[in-house]
Amino acid sequence: MATTVHEPPRIEERRDRPRVISDSGNGGPGTLVPASGDFLAVKDYSPSPSSTAIWVLLASITMTFAAFTSALIVRQGSSLDWRHLSLPRILYFNTLLLLASSFTLEVARRQVGDYMREQRNGNAHAARWLYITLILGLLFVTGQYLAWLQLRAQGLFMATNPSSSFFYVLTAAHALHVLGGLGGLTRVIRKFNRSTLRKTTLDATSHYWHFMDALWVYLMLLLWIKL
Amino acid sequence: MHHLSAREAQHLKPASFIRKHIFSLDHKVIGKQYYVLALVAALIGMVLSWLMRIHLAWTNYPIPSLHLLSANGAPGNVMTPEYYLQLMTMHATIMVFFVLTTAPFAAFGNYFLPIQVGAEDMPFPHFNMMSFWLTFSSLLVLMSSFFVADGPTLGGWTQYAPLSAVGSASGPGQGTGVVLWATAIGLFCIGQLLGSLNFITTTLDMRTKGMSMWRLPITVWAWFITSVMGLTAFAVLMPACILLILDHVAGTSFFVASGLVLNDQLLPHSGGSTLLWQHLFWFFGHPEVYIAIVPGVGIVSHVLIANMRRPMLSHRVLIYSMGALAVLSYMVYGHHMFVSGMNPVSSLAFSFPTLVITIPSTIIVVIWMGSIYGSKLRINTASLFALGFVSMFISGGVSGFFLAQPSIDIMLHATYFVVGHFHLVMGVAAIFGIFSGTYFWFPKMFGRMMSETLGKIHFWLTFVGSYCIFMPFHYLGIAGNVRRYQAFVDDYTQPLIPLHRFITVAAILTGLAQLIFLYNLIHSRFWGKIAPDNPWEATTLEWSTPTTPPPHNNFGDKLPEVFHDPYQYGVESSVGDYVMQASPEKVKSAHDEA
Repeated sequence: MATTVHEPPRIEERRDRPRVISDSGNGGPGTLVPASGDFLAVKDYSPSPSSTAIWVLLASITMTFAAFTSALIVRQGSSLDWRHLSLPRILYFNTLLLLASSFTLEVARRQVGDYMREQRNGNAHAARWLYITLILGLLFVTGQYLAWLQLRAQGLFMATNPSSSFFYVLTAAHALHVLGGLGGLTRVIRKFNRSTLRKTTLDATSHYWHFMDALWVYLMLLLWIKL
Repeated sequence: MHHLSAREAQHLKPASFIRKHIFSLDHKVIGKQYYVLALVAALIGMVLSWLMRIHLAWTNYPIPSLHLLSANGAPGNVMTPEYYLQLMTMHATIMVFFVLTTAPFAAFGNYFLPIQVGAEDMPFPHFNMMSFWLTFSSLLVLMSSFFVADGPTLGGWTQYAPLSAVGSASGPGQGTGVVLWATAIGLFCIGQLLGSLNFITTTLDMRTKGMSMWRLPITVWAWFITSVMGLTAFAVLMPACILLILDHVAGTSFFVASGLVLNDQLLPHSGGSTLLWQHLFWFFGHPEVYIAIVPGVGIVSHVLIANMRRPMLSHRVLIYSMGALAVLSYMVYGHHMFVSGMNPVSSLAFSFPTLVITIPSTIIVVIWMGSIYGSKLRINTASLFALGFVSMFISGGVSGFFLAQPSIDIMLHATYFVVGHFHLVMGVAAIFGIFSGTYFWFPKMFGRMMSETLGKIHFWLTFVGSYCIFMPFHYLGIAGNVRRYQAFVDDYTQPLIPLHRFITVAAILTGLAQLIFLYNLIHSRFWGKIAPDNPWEATTLEWSTPTTPPPHNNFGDKLPEVFHDPYQYGVESSVGDYVMQASPEKVKSAHDEA
């Protein structure tokens, strides 16, 4: 599936190796202590922006879903019109798909890492796992769509009952975020095939993906208990 | 380093007009775009407030051409009560989101944060560009509601449910108007989230050699703390807006209780929680107040230090206090809901942190006063506006002590006392911060000096005018004058009408005084005196750029190296009484706290 690559992707230097102090001073522990300074040692450690950014992004997504959760709890507690719905069975299968995709992505990440450190020849293996992850992700979103169709067939629409409203809102919000992750994965694959992938990009994407996985497990529990 | 070469590729100087001035990736251009957006929004918001003030003072007096603003909101050029509320809602929304959040945070932050940390740009320039264009689209969507059939929403900037969620049954603009409002705010949230993402990563990861966290100027700390608040607050407002839109377009019942009868119609909604909206909104809404004011705290501290020629009494305590404001701002939101039928125990639980939050605020004020005391403050327009900020912050803050207590707030909540309080402490103070920043940084942004004479005239007129407008509000409130009413016809409000007229005249004159600022801004931009690289003899990195305005990549070929704390003033050096952060010269007297 992957195209043949003649040179290894550009490798970001590992942090534990001594590195050349660059004039840009951008990031990295080696660059922050000035050569000529006479003040107390500056101990700031700055990782690359994308590794920070991903945690910032995940924090904000956590807040969004926390808001949805509190809305669900308040809405359920304040009314008498809440009707319980049984979750479509396909959701359990989807959960397995997403869990599997996290596993395959982790395999891919390790293989790409080995490849970048030139401990392994050829990148076909790593690319294969990336593609498998992408397909599993697509299957998950399709599965979610099928779950909505099943609910619709039971006559449960968005406005039928607050429980179905929350079901659609939470699963759709999560699915949108997964689609964003699929976009990120596609970008990683493209960069990998062009040998321009940076390890930090792959790491950030996989953090996001695993988070989507964990978020889904949380949402499943929430929906299972509350709906 | 490979990842730098990738970043440099983004930093090729754009050639075409569109990439350079419109869809620019340069944080400086984006900062200026935000500034212009805020300026336009401020003018719109101000004109709306004039219309409201005229109507309040001379109800039923026809305002010429008012019918041009709305087809059915002003028959015979006289404002309808509904139209008054629509103007009020739009004034508040525009001012809070597109002026107070946009100018001190997004505009100045975008322009100066990367320069002050010694970076060539933000790490994600495309996100940065998207952030501005989302904000711009958001303003367009909001303004478009003036042009739909029954006009913009009249629900106030807080959009309390259930009236905001039941559609046009609750008044003109409550259908499409609310949907447009919620869409605009949703877009605004995404824009701010992308902006915050860039601000946080720039501060943490893009600092130049030698720039430790404690060596960051107070402004950078203020923007950093604000972006952390923005990240969490806007992430909560967005889902609230989504649920509100769904109540309108998908027939859900998140916020509308069952059995609600409006205008003799039984609404089909069932069982929603009206208070849910208030909780979600104020969880965002209170941090939002600090999102508006903390950047101002940073800017005026920065300006004051450069003009006092000495650092603040404590750099660190000031920063800790701003951090404390940010943390506490999440715990106090319930004080906006004292009159919502809340359990008195909960009121007490929200009242306590509200009183506690006055402690860091007071510490900040005491540090300012103690630092100014005995300093030979250089009086220029920037430092005058900074002093004005301190004054407004105190005057508006003091009334907060009263309102923090449920027993007093219940009496004053629906009166003009609250209007006076939040306008002074959040509105006017933040705007003084914007002015202070503008007069201080204009030479760096545009390479020309602003007129000091016009600036000082502008300051005194604005300073006196603002007090004339907002101080009487407190008196009106204590006299029991209710807010959000479009006319005062009760016996007890009749004697207050002359005071309303005084406020209206003051508002119009103070507004007109802003034309001096506008003239100064535009005239100086093109014909002002050429600015030197460091007109204020200041120390931070924005004054170390090789050219003024800074070149495309901020520092030319080589990023600066930082050797000192940000504010080395009042020391002996080869250039005068200050040592710049990027100067390797040794400092004899130790102001270094780091």
